[in-house]
Amino acid sequence: MSDVLSVILPVLAAVGLMLANGVVLIYMLRKVLGHLHLRVGPMHVGWHGILQTVADVGKLLTKEDITPTNVDKALFFLAPAAVFVPSLMAYAAIPFSETWSITSLDTGLLYTFAVLSLVPLGILMAGWSSGNKWALLGGMRAAAQQIAYEVPLLLSVLPIVMLSGSLDLVEIVAAQGGYWLGFVPRWFVLHPLGFVASVIFLIAGLAELNQTPFDMSEAESELVAGFASEYSAMKFGLLFLSEFSNSFIISALGVTLFFGGWTLPWIPADVVAKIGPVIFMLKTYIGIAVFMWIRGTYPRVRIDQLMSLGWKRLIPISLGLIMVTGIAIKVVETVRGVS
Amino acid sequence: MPETVNGVVFGILALASIGGAVAMLTSSNVIHAAFWLLEVMLAIAGLFLLLSAEFLALVQVLVYAGAVSVLMLFVIMLTLRRREDAVRTLDASLGAAVLALLFGAIVYVGVAASSFTLGPMPDEVPDIEALGTLLFSLDGGWVFPFELASLVLLVALVGAVWWSKEGDR
Repeated sequence: MSDVLSVILPVLAAVGLMLANGVVLIYMLRKVLGHLHLRVGPMHVGWHGILQTVADVGKLLTKEDITPTNVDKALFFLAPAAVFVPSLMAYAAIPFSETWSITSLDTGLLYTFAVLSLVPLGILMAGWSSGNKWALLGGMRAAAQQIAYEVPLLLSVLPIVMLSGSLDLVEIVAAQGGYWLGFVPRWFVLHPLGFVASVIFLIAGLAELNQTPFDMSEAESELVAGFASEYSAMKFGLLFLSEFSNSFIISALGVTLFFGGWTLPWIPADVVAKIGPVIFMLKTYIGIAVFMWIRGTYPRVRIDQLMSLGWKRLIPISLGLIMVTGIAIKVVETVRGVS
Repeated sequence: MPETVNGVVFGILALASIGGAVAMLTSSNVIHAAFWLLEVMLAIAGLFLLLSAEFLALVQVLVYAGAVSVLMLFVIMLTLRRREDAVRTLDASLGAAVLALLFGAIVYVGVAASSFTLGPMPDEVPDIEALGTLLFSLDGGWVFPFELASLVLLVALVGAVWWSKEGDR
């Protein structure tokens, strides 16, 4: 395979995964939420409504693309791309198995967070350029929430970086191989410090995704569809696609950091190595199903509750956790060194 | 061949950063200006990446593009009473020009007076571990300036909180 091809193919694969993920997640969202609400969800198009999303995508692609008169045209056109591109870039460092990732970076974790930090800018762009009060309010809420919760999200993964000693996502997974006490997998979620970190990661991750219980930016009863109100056809589709894709990224990051990535415990390593990507995808979609479970269960919090939870609880807890982790690592090192 | 490719990429990024800066200064819409500034920051992150300074590039994206420009946009969007206020006439007054020239002169004199020497590029790109060791090692490292900088930031942060609480006291 030529060099150029080996660069382009993984990127195309990421685009394909992102699009397919959008289609799967819309169906999953309708079905999972439907059953949580004791409804059946879509049933008519195909077996158990399985073709419903395909029909919807066809609808989105063929709908008229409306540009309202009062929009800031340049930014209005740019915003869907500005939301979509970072969320596509975030796939680059995710390790689907020991060898399956688009690119291997020493700083994979930092890279993923760096590109995800660009998403709020696209949202602000969409909210502002629409020339609509709801869109602007939705955009501001989303961006405020995302920059507020980026801090605990970043801080919550630092203990994991300290425990595994690497920013490379492949090495973080490798550090979770083996067992404690001979049978408990060394996943960081089962580590006492890692568990606290994983809870903070989950809460901050949900806020980062603008998902229930932190979905004020798209509170339909208050803001129509938030920053996406004025968008139609595939521009709206792109905004939604990247939202679903971000769910995938956060879930995949959670799986990589806390749930051992592509590995499975108690099964011979050579068997696991063959089906690594399948295991990784399954774990990621279980994570997404948990997000949806939370979405179908909890009511929305108020904006002041959200802010005080983020700044007054999560950030101090995660800072304390980093300190405790540092001390614990030094103590363990000294004890091991002495004995 | 890689030299040419690097040259092309450098050309694009240099054009993007300088062109973005010019566009930022000349655009009459403050929101557009803020987005042009964001573009400049991203282009500069690209330049860092071209120099194999991966960590610096990522931090540039994370801190400047991801946080500082969001903050700036936020402040602009929150303080604008009406959307129309975003468009302003460019202030091309003499005072501003003099100030800009003065600043340029100071920078030029400062750069000319200091003795920067371009060392040879290392054969191998130092990885992030080497950077961490250099930053945090006690002998010969930069741990003291680093901690001092974080203390300064902490003082600024505490000061900001104290300042904003003035109404309650």
